[in-house]
Amino acid sequence: MLTIEQAYWLIALFLAGAALLNLRGRRFAHAAFWGVLAVLIAGGKFVLVAAAAHQRLPAQLAGVGVIALAALSPRMTRGHLVERDAASREADALHLGHRLFGPALLIPLVTLAVALFGGYLVVGRLRAFNATQMTLTGLALSCVIALLAALWVTRARPGAGLAEGRRLLDTLGWAALLPLTLAALGGVFAATGVGTAVADLVRMLIPVNSALACVAAFGLGMVLFTVIMGNAFAAFPVMMAGIGIPLLIHMHGANPAILGAMGMVTGYCGTLFTPMAANFNIVPVALLELPNQGDVIRAQWKTGAWLLVVNLLLMYLLIFRF
Amino acid sequence: MSALLHYLPLLGVLVVVAGFALRFNPVPVVVVAGIVSGLAAGKSIGDILALLGTSFVSERALLLFVLTLPAIGVLERAGLREHARNWIASLRSLTFPRLLIAYLGLRQILSMLGLTSVAGQAQTVRPLLAPMAEAAAEKRGTPLSQAERNDVRAFSAATDNIGLFFGEDVFIALGAVLLIQGFYAQHGIDLQPLHIALWALPTAIAAFVIHAVRTVLFGRRIATPDPPAGRDDETAT
Repeated sequence: MLTIEQAYWLIALFLAGAALLNLRGRRFAHAAFWGVLAVLIAGGKFVLVAAAAHQRLPAQLAGVGVIALAALSPRMTRGHLVERDAASREADALHLGHRLFGPALLIPLVTLAVALFGGYLVVGRLRAFNATQMTLTGLALSCVIALLAALWVTRARPGAGLAEGRRLLDTLGWAALLPLTLAALGGVFAATGVGTAVADLVRMLIPVNSALACVAAFGLGMVLFTVIMGNAFAAFPVMMAGIGIPLLIHMHGANPAILGAMGMVTGYCGTLFTPMAANFNIVPVALLELPNQGDVIRAQWKTGAWLLVVNLLLMYLLIFRF
Repeated sequence: MSALLHYLPLLGVLVVVAGFALRFNPVPVVVVAGIVSGLAAGKSIGDILALLGTSFVSERALLLFVLTLPAIGVLERAGLREHARNWIASLRSLTFPRLLIAYLGLRQILSMLGLTSVAGQAQTVRPLLAPMAEAAAEKRGTPLSQAERNDVRAFSAATDNIGLFFGEDVFIALGAVLLIQGFYAQHGIDLQPLHIALWALPTAIAAFVIHAVRTVLFGRRIATPDPPAGRDDETAT
C-alpha cells in the first residue's frame, strides 16, 4: 500500500542526493543544510511517535536540527548554478515540440486520477493507496512517473533527474524551508497563548454593543491574525472563540454557517498580504527568480484589498438576515 | 502583573514583524520568534526545543512540492519553457488577459473539487504559466523589459494563489469547511458541511470578478511598452 510516509522517504532521498552533489562541489553550507533537512524529514514519523509516547529526546534533537537549519540559512547564497545554454535549449525545444508537455502534464493528470479513483484501486487484497492524504500521495507518485517520462522523452541520462532537481532546489535555497518553519512557529504560538492574547486585545478595543463594530473587529482581526500567522486556519479558532461566538452569534444573533464561511475567506484575503504565507508568497519569488521578496504580494494585494471590502460588506448584510 | 504576563508571548510576534521589516533572513527570524515567545510564556529550553521539533516535523507535507523539481528540471533542460513560450506566441487569439483569466477559472474549479495539488507554483506556474504569460504579453510586438517581465511573472504567481484560495474554501470534504464544522461542533453548534460551503460561493465569485478585472487592466498596461528610460536598456529594475 502506498502511503504518505513513502513520499517523505522519497523527499529525504532527493535532499540527501542534493547534499551529496553540493559536497562534491565543495559547497559545504548547502550540503549541510540539505543533509540536516533530509534527516529531519526521514526521521519525522519516529519523532512524532516517540513524542506521543512521552519520549522527549527525539523531539528535542529535531528542535536542535531546526535551529541548525536556521543558522545555516543566511549562508545559503543563491550562487548561480550553470544551466544548459539557451541556444541548445531552444534547439531541443524546436525538435521535441509538444512532446515536452507530456511529462509536465502527467503531474496534474496522475494526481487527479489518484485523487478520483485511487480509493477503488486494489492490488491483491490490499488497497493500493492509503485513504489519508491520498491526493498528496498521488502527487508524489505522479512526480516519479513524470520524471521517468521526462527522461524517456528527452533521452537524458538518469542522473540528470538529480542534477537538474538539485539545480532548482539550490535556486530555491532557504525559501524551500520557510513554509515549514512558519508552520512550526504557528504551533509554538498556539502553545504559548499568543492567540488568546490577540483576541483579548481586540475585545478591549471595540464597543461590543455595536453589531457593525463587532463585524469589523472580527473581520479585521481575522486578517491581522492571518497576516501574523501566515495561515487563516490558525486565526479562525482564536477569533471565533474571542469574538465570533460570544459577541456575534450569542449577543447579536449572527447565522453561524454564514459567519464561519465568510470569516474564513476574510482570513484568506489576509493570506494575500503576508510574507508569513511563505509557500504562496515567497517560494514563487525564488522559483520565478524575481528581484524583490515582496514582488508576488505587490501583484496581488489589490485583489485582496478589494475582496476584503466586498467580503466585509456581504458579511454585515447577510449574517443577521438569515 | 498577571495581565502583563498574559500578553508577554506577543513579543514573539514583535520579533517576526521587526525581522521582516529589517529584511533579515526570514528563517532565523522565525525560529528566534518561536524561542522568544516560548521563553516569555515561561517554558524551559527543553520544552521549547521539543515543541519546535514536533511542530516542524508534523508539517512535513509542506515540502512535498520539491518532488516535482527533478522532472521539471529535466524538461527545462530540454527547453520546456522555451517551447511553452513559442507555442503561446503562435496562438494569435490567446491574449494575455484571456490566458490568465482562463487559468484563474480553471484553478478555482479544480480547487472547488478538492484538487488543490493539481496545479501550483512549482508544478504549473514556473514551467508553464509564467513563460506562457510572457509570450502572450509579448504579442504587443516588442519584447518585455526585465522589469515588465518580472511584473508578468509575479502576476502569474498571484493568479495561481487567488484561484487556489477562493476555490478551496467551497470544497466540502476537507480543509476549511471541515475545520469550521469541527470547531462549531466542539462549541455545541451542529451544521452541515454543504451549508457552510455554499456561503463561501459569493466570495469565490467576487474573487473571480475582481481579479479578472485587474487582469484586464494589467493586460492593458503591459500592452504599451515602458517608455525607454534614457537610453535603450536602462529600464529601472
